[in-house]
Amino acid sequence: MCTLEQHGNVFVLTLTGDDEHPLGLPLIASLSSAVASAKAAAASAGPGAALVTVAEGRFFSNGLDIGWAGTSRTRLMELADALRPLAADLLALPMPTVAAVTGHASAGGFLLALCHDYRVMRADRGVLYMSEIDIGLPLPSYFVSMFRAKVTAANALRDVLLRGTKLRAAEAKEMGIVDAVCPGPTETVAKAIKLAEQLAARKWDGDVYASIRISIFPEACKSVGIVEESDEEKVKNFASRM
Amino acid sequence: MEPNNLCTVERRGRVHLITLTGAGEHRLSPALLSAIRSAVAASAGAGALVLSAEGKFFSNGFDQAWARTAPLHLHSTMDGGFRALVADLLELPMPTVAAVTGHAAAAGCALALAHDSVVMRGSRGFLFMSEVHAGIKIVDFLAELMREKVPDAVNRRDLLLRGDKMSAAEAVRRGIVDKAIDGGVEDVVNAAVAEAEKLAARGWDGEVVAEIRKAVWPKVWDKAKDYGADAPAAARPRL
Repeated sequence: MCTLEQHGNVFVLTLTGDDEHPLGLPLIASLSSAVASAKAAAASAGPGAALVTVAEGRFFSNGLDIGWAGTSRTRLMELADALRPLAADLLALPMPTVAAVTGHASAGGFLLALCHDYRVMRADRGVLYMSEIDIGLPLPSYFVSMFRAKVTAANALRDVLLRGTKLRAAEAKEMGIVDAVCPGPTETVAKAIKLAEQLAARKWDGDVYASIRISIFPEACKSVGIVEESDEEKVKNFASRM
Repeated sequence: MEPNNLCTVERRGRVHLITLTGAGEHRLSPALLSAIRSAVAASAGAGALVLSAEGKFFSNGFDQAWARTAPLHLHSTMDGGFRALVADLLELPMPTVAAVTGHAAAAGCALALAHDSVVMRGSRGFLFMSEVHAGIKIVDFLAELMREKVPDAVNRRDLLLRGDKMSAAEAVRRGIVDKAIDGGVEDVVNAAVAEAEKLAARGWDGEVVAEIRKAVWPKVWDKAKDYGADAPAAARPRL
């Protein structure tokens, strides 16, 4: 389902296998466990870590496992409810995060990529696509919060959510959704890891980094269940360092 | 305004020009914040306001050195003083222009962006939200101000989460400041005054300027309004 490896101070989370990496309960659980491991390992290692998420095959992820859900709205909601804490774990992760969009990322898969701080994407194949409007599925409210937070260029939000525009890497970069475009999957992964290494090398305090991430996207973080620290708690942290 | 050695005021035409004096970092200590607030209050009757600075720095942020020596119960005077200054600027009945003549870091960067327009020195000086590098969490008011004034997600991430040192050219390209000005400190000040004079020449009703401005930035106004000079005494925190 997924593996976690450590290359120096970069944790590489890989969605394994040649399939669409549908976000069913087992994969979500697997990813959650891997993210928790990375967090624990970084905590003992000290500042200066980063996470890269990559995927094998033609897909990054095609989203919630609608094959498993079938016509059951209950099952679909169960999947959306299971993904929410994983989104929260990523948004609260005490290290920089990079998604290497090595293939199609649609619906929940696009959301998963958006939960990272940076996105590197291959140019030759693959699209970012919020398919819900075409399939006739409503969007979980935290999905919308994330997109509203991170997709702020003029008309980009409308195009992505309300028109179901399929974005190749170049167009996604124009919209500010993707940060770097690479020719193919190998270069994409290499670039993502290099970016992660550069970010890790800043040796930012992880707790502070996560706090600042939450303070720049507070509504999205709240929507996935993150409770932001009060000013008193934030300042206590600083006062104890002075 | 009482004379002090922290900032000066002068009128240039319709423009009320405030200058943070000296070659230092213009750290926003309670004393400097109070001096700037007095300078802002002295703008009554002007058509526009400009805040500028001498030396290499516009402002390098809060006075952490002061905070290290001051008793904990006084720390709120710096945060509160900053909120009060922002409240005063938000409800000022005239357009405001920041002349970012040098480095503007952390609360100093936020102070610049709290103005309606920002002109910045092209050849020197950065906008720099240094907190991530210094290991300092960003308190809610500062974050709210930056969120309202930097709505683009990528800009927010690069400025606050990556802590980029942003040159004037880069800041203009990203839409964070309005103009980059070549030359020295005086050139930037002159450009800011010229911009302010143009705004003053529009002849806008000052009260309407203030009302529209507060409506355009409602979240930061809501968090500042109890601190300003015009806040009801009951609501105003004792600083």
